[in-house]
Amino acid sequence: MLKTLSRPFIPKSSGDFARLGVLLALAGLILFGALRYDNFISPFNILSFLRYNSMFALIALGMAFVIITGGIDLSVGGVAAMASVVAAYLSPYGWFPGLAGGMIAGLIAGSINGLIITRMRIQPFIATLAMMLAAYGTALLLANNQSVSVSYDTGFTTIGQDDFLGFPIPGWIAALAYVLGWIFLERHPAGRHVLAIGDGEATANLMGLKVEKTLFGVYALSGLLAGLAGVILASQFGAGQPTEGVGWELFAIASVVVGGTLLTGGSGSVGATLAGALLLAMVFNILNFENGLGWISLSAYWQSVIRGAFLLVVVVLQARLMKKTEA
Amino acid sequence: MLLSMQDISKAFSGVSALRSASLEIAAGEVMALVGQNGAGKSTLIKILTGAYQRDSGTILFEDEDVAFATPGASQAKGIATIYQEINLAPQRSVAENIYLSREPKTALGLLDRRAMRAGAAAVLKTFNLDIDVDMPVGHFSAATRQMIAIARAVTQKARLVIMDEPTSSLDEREVDILFQTIRTLKRNGVAVLFIGHRLDELYEICDRVTIMRDGQTVAHSAMADMPKMELVRHMLGKELAAFQAIARDTGDDEAKPVRLAVEGAGSGVRVRDVSVTVREGEISGLAGLLGSGRTETARIIFGVDKLEKGSIRIDGKERRYGEPADAIADGIGLVSEDRKIDGIIPDMSIRENMTLALLPKLKKAGIVDRARQQEIVTRYIKALGVKCASPDQPIKELSGGNQQKVLLARWLCTDPRILIIDEPTRGIDIGAKAEILKLLRNLADEGLSVLMISSELEELLAAADRVTVLSDGRSVAVLKRNELSETALLSAMAHQVN
Repeated sequence: MLKTLSRPFIPKSSGDFARLGVLLALAGLILFGALRYDNFISPFNILSFLRYNSMFALIALGMAFVIITGGIDLSVGGVAAMASVVAAYLSPYGWFPGLAGGMIAGLIAGSINGLIITRMRIQPFIATLAMMLAAYGTALLLANNQSVSVSYDTGFTTIGQDDFLGFPIPGWIAALAYVLGWIFLERHPAGRHVLAIGDGEATANLMGLKVEKTLFGVYALSGLLAGLAGVILASQFGAGQPTEGVGWELFAIASVVVGGTLLTGGSGSVGATLAGALLLAMVFNILNFENGLGWISLSAYWQSVIRGAFLLVVVVLQARLMKKTEA
Repeated sequence: MLLSMQDISKAFSGVSALRSASLEIAAGEVMALVGQNGAGKSTLIKILTGAYQRDSGTILFEDEDVAFATPGASQAKGIATIYQEINLAPQRSVAENIYLSREPKTALGLLDRRAMRAGAAAVLKTFNLDIDVDMPVGHFSAATRQMIAIARAVTQKARLVIMDEPTSSLDEREVDILFQTIRTLKRNGVAVLFIGHRLDELYEICDRVTIMRDGQTVAHSAMADMPKMELVRHMLGKELAAFQAIARDTGDDEAKPVRLAVEGAGSGVRVRDVSVTVREGEISGLAGLLGSGRTETARIIFGVDKLEKGSIRIDGKERRYGEPADAIADGIGLVSEDRKIDGIIPDMSIRENMTLALLPKLKKAGIVDRARQQEIVTRYIKALGVKCASPDQPIKELSGGNQQKVLLARWLCTDPRILIIDEPTRGIDIGAKAEILKLLRNLADEGLSVLMISSELEELLAAADRVTVLSDGRSVAVLKRNELSETALLSAMAHQVN
């Protein structure tokens, strides 16, 4: 008992170290790309980079909240795929029904996750794994096992493909989501409750926090953001894609972890999650450019191996940093 | 009365935890709540705070009939609880911890961080605590965290502060600070429910006492009218059926060679200065109230906790174990207090549970020698009289007494010289208790040295050859067989010189 009481807890600065690390790595990669490739800093590359990766940034944001509570959401990829199909079916009725339909589909899936986890006390890992399978199944059922074309007449494709003030609309959406997410986590009481619950659910409950409601909200939010990512997916590629989204949850988890959020919960940052997502996406982008140079030709499989190795290096470095600051 | 709980009863899946318990506290009063492990203190508290719901009974708080659905609801009414493990969020700042769930907000509904910081610093100052309120709570010592928790209670405008063993991890100076804080609360008309075991502390700070035993409140009294002996007697009570004194050989104990000699052992704040000896072929009892350092002493001998001062000798040779494996290799076995937590593996068979500690020696060409395993298991099932359908029956299907026998056999089959057994008969019915004690007696007669930790007086009186009494981490008395009596034990435990 005494040992647990006097155990030094995670110091204030360890997360900051990791965050600094991820920013340095991101700057390093951008510098590397800018020096090595001709069109790396071109408007085209930057805009398409942001357009494409906004989807991943959105699910990483939802994942960050989930992981801060000490949970996990494996269903985001499947939910995004399902939402993309729903959005595609609704797109002929206008851009708004498409957008709202996809988001509601995501919200429903996330809410079911939240209910199962809080009411039935099922482990998030299991509950969201089941949801992943169910969401993919629903997506394939709805889409009859093929992609569903969206309507090009109702402005639905604007969401994913067009710009506003010279900046891709998905980028605006993600930026807005991150600003709101940051304010919520840092400045809103409920956001602080998310952190406190991750620090210890039993404790939070005894302090009078509404643990179940908060957890429910976090999973619902993650589902909602996955739904939004699905809408962008359908809009950007012109079709609802029941088989897309595989491995998205891992990308999101990796972004959050690279951003210095502890998988054990109780600490984490919205800004660093964005940096983490951008860093991982940047590795992808650079590999594409490397292929384009023609020196080497990396298949998608090799790219996956390299990204995995990169992630491992970052996580190991981070763990070491944490240990050092803890000692 | 600020609080009046009457006839509170509660059962968990049919097992009664509280039977018509009652508790009354007046404003500005410090009430002690005492009782052994499992007496029902925490259940009573949890019912009051809304963590559990009562089956029957009434609770009046500030003359209002209340039934709190959640801890949040009782907090809102002015009941704050400071738990033993100090429930604060370690990675959140001091200011946040003080205000969590009641944060000051700006007009926009966002956190008013300036008000939070200023308020936190101001309330901590009233307790003479000047710390950086932006630092995570996990950075501070247990005593400081406790003050933060109390500060949290004060900002909640608590009328009643429940403190669950608040001094268990504090040193003497910190206890003084805590008591000053409690007196400040008192002056402001706040009532304190103080759950504790250290009698001196209770007599120093508390006005009245409520004593619990077996889910009932057995005594209410002003502290001044309750002599220590009387208090301890109420707490420990008497086992319904007395054990028949287990027949012992009457040879001269002091002539037997000393097998285990612990001298002046200390580790942390729980064990300060403990000396205890166990001779060959005897049962040496270790007694003391909850929190006196009994279990912790066993952990030191067994190499779980580090010996910080003093010495441990086995057969005259000094020993210092880095880990339990060393102690086991040296012929020491430990049957722990809580079978469910660190004893049995419920789904595994009797056979596997029994031979767990022996597995390394049971290998033949790298795999378990089933024939020998079977032979050993059969032998001990018979020797100890384990009642089971077959050795392959899952251990969870056995009764408490039979589970305890299997655990005992686990250590016996490693052929130990010293067996430490913590609360050997906890949760076992009376008949089986006597049987277990007789078994220990027989083992001792065959030469085994047994160190028996027990909080049951009858058990110590019936089975032990000598009893060492601990109080507050120190051994305060050694009673030989001819000195053993209920009165002698009680007065030693109450730490009274008579």
